[in-house]
Amino acid sequence: MALPIPLFKGVVFVLALLPLSGIAWDLYSAGLGPDPGQIITERLGLAAFQCLLLTLCMTPFARWTGWSAWVRVRRMLGLFTFFYACLHLLAFLQFVLGWSDLGTTFTQRPYIVLGALSFLLLAMLAATSFQMAMRRLGRRWKPLHRLVYLAVLLAWGHYLWQARSDITPMVAYGMVMLLLLAVRVRWFGWASLVPLRRPARG
Amino acid sequence: QSLPSTFVPEYSTREEQTPYEDATRYNNFYEFGTGKGDPARYAGEMTVEPWSVVVEGACGKPGTYALEDLLKPVEYQERVYRLRCVEAWSMVIPWIGVPLAEVLRRFEPGSNAKFVAFETLYDPEQMRGQRSLFSTIDWPYREGLRLDEAMNELSFLAVGLYGKTLPNQNGAPLRLVVPWKYGFKSIKSIVKIRFQEMRPVTTWESIAPNEYGFYANVNPEVDHPRWSQKRERRLPSGLLSPHWIETRKFNGYGEQVAHLYRGMDLSKFY
Repeated sequence: MALPIPLFKGVVFVLALLPLSGIAWDLYSAGLGPDPGQIITERLGLAAFQCLLLTLCMTPFARWTGWSAWVRVRRMLGLFTFFYACLHLLAFLQFVLGWSDLGTTFTQRPYIVLGALSFLLLAMLAATSFQMAMRRLGRRWKPLHRLVYLAVLLAWGHYLWQARSDITPMVAYGMVMLLLLAVRVRWFGWASLVPLRRPARG
Repeated sequence: QSLPSTFVPEYSTREEQTPYEDATRYNNFYEFGTGKGDPARYAGEMTVEPWSVVVEGACGKPGTYALEDLLKPVEYQERVYRLRCVEAWSMVIPWIGVPLAEVLRRFEPGSNAKFVAFETLYDPEQMRGQRSLFSTIDWPYREGLRLDEAMNELSFLAVGLYGKTLPNQNGAPLRLVVPWKYGFKSIKSIVKIRFQEMRPVTTWESIAPNEYGFYANVNPEVDHPRWSQKRERRLPSGLLSPHWIETRKFNGYGEQVAHLYRGMDLSKFY
C-alpha cells in the first residue's frame, strides 16, 4: 500500500473512465446491435450507479485498510457518478425519448421520477463538493452531503423498477448497498445516515 | 437449412426488411436470459429435434404430435409481417410457416373451445434463464388467444424466417406470430396447445396485470404505465439518426382484425 497518492488518483481516474471507453469501443466496433441508443442509456445508468456504490466504499475501505488514500479519491468518484448520471440523462432524452413526451414522462412515470430526484440530489452534492463550498457551508456541509444515502436509495429504486422479470442483478447491487449502509450504522449510529440534521453544538 | 415456401403478397408488407443479423441477434427470449444478446448466445443449448407438441382440452383429436406430423400435409407460406415489441421497438420479418387456423382446425375444436392456450418448453437444464434465482416468471411461459383471434387469417405458426429454418433464439422449432399484438404474445418454442372454455392466464399479465393485458393489441392510444406507445424505433435504428415512426393501431392490421374487438373498450381490455 505504498502507492504514492497522486499515482493512485491517476489510476482511479483511468479506471473510472472504463465504462465510457467500453461504450465508445463497442460503438466503434459495432458491438451495440440494432438499437444502440437504448443499450447506451442503460449502460451509462449502470455506470453511474456503480460509481456511486464505489464512492460509498471509500470510507469503509479506509477504515478496514488503515490507508487514508481511499478517502482522497472519494470526491473524484462522486463527481464521476454525477458525470455518468448526466450522460445517462442526456442519452435517455436524446435516444429513448427523442425529446418528446417530456411532461408525461417526468410526472407520470414513477421510476423516472425516482431517477430524476436522485439526479437532482447528485447535482446538489456535486455543486457543493468543492473547497469553497465546503468552507462556506462549514458545519452544515456534512449533514447536507448525507443526502448521498437518499440518492443511492432512489437510484436503486429507479433501477429495480425497470426490471421486467429477472431481478437478480438488482438484488445483488442492493445487497452491496445495504452492506455499505449497515457498516455506517454500526460504526456511526443511525443518525449518521440522516441528512440535513445539524449536529448538536458541543 | 433452407425452406421452400410460397410467398403470399396479400399478407405481406413491402416495408424494408430488418437485416437477418439483427432479427436473429436482438431477441427477447427470457428462457435464455433477459439481455437482448443472451438468446443468440445461449439458445444453442436447447435441443429442438425431435420435438413434439401436446394437444389437449376441448377438441376431437387430442394427443401428442411429432412436429412433422403436426405440420405434414401443409405447404409452407412466406409472409412479411411487422413485429412491434411492447418495449417500443419494431422489426419487419419474413416468416415461413402455416396459417394457425389450418393447424387448429385439424384438431377439431369443440363448441366449448373459446380460447387456445399455448406453452413454451420448460427445461431448466437447457434453458439457463429458467434457472435464475430471482426471476419473477412462473415457468413455463404461457400465452393464449381467443379462438376467433387464433382463427384469424393473420395468425401464423412459423417454422422459419428469411427462407431458413428458425434459429433457436427466434423460437425454434415452432412459434406463434400474431402481428397485430405486441411481440410477447407470439410465444416461442411451443410444446403445448390447449383448447379451453375459460380465458387462460398469461405469463406477463400474471406478473404485472396493470402493464400487460391479455389482449395486448398494439395501440398507440394506450400507454404502457412506464413508457409511451405512440412511437416506435424501427430497427436497425442509428444513434445519430434514430429511426422513429408513428405506431399504428393494431400495428397497421386493423382492416383484418379490428372487427374482432368491435364494441370493446380497448383502454380497458388492453
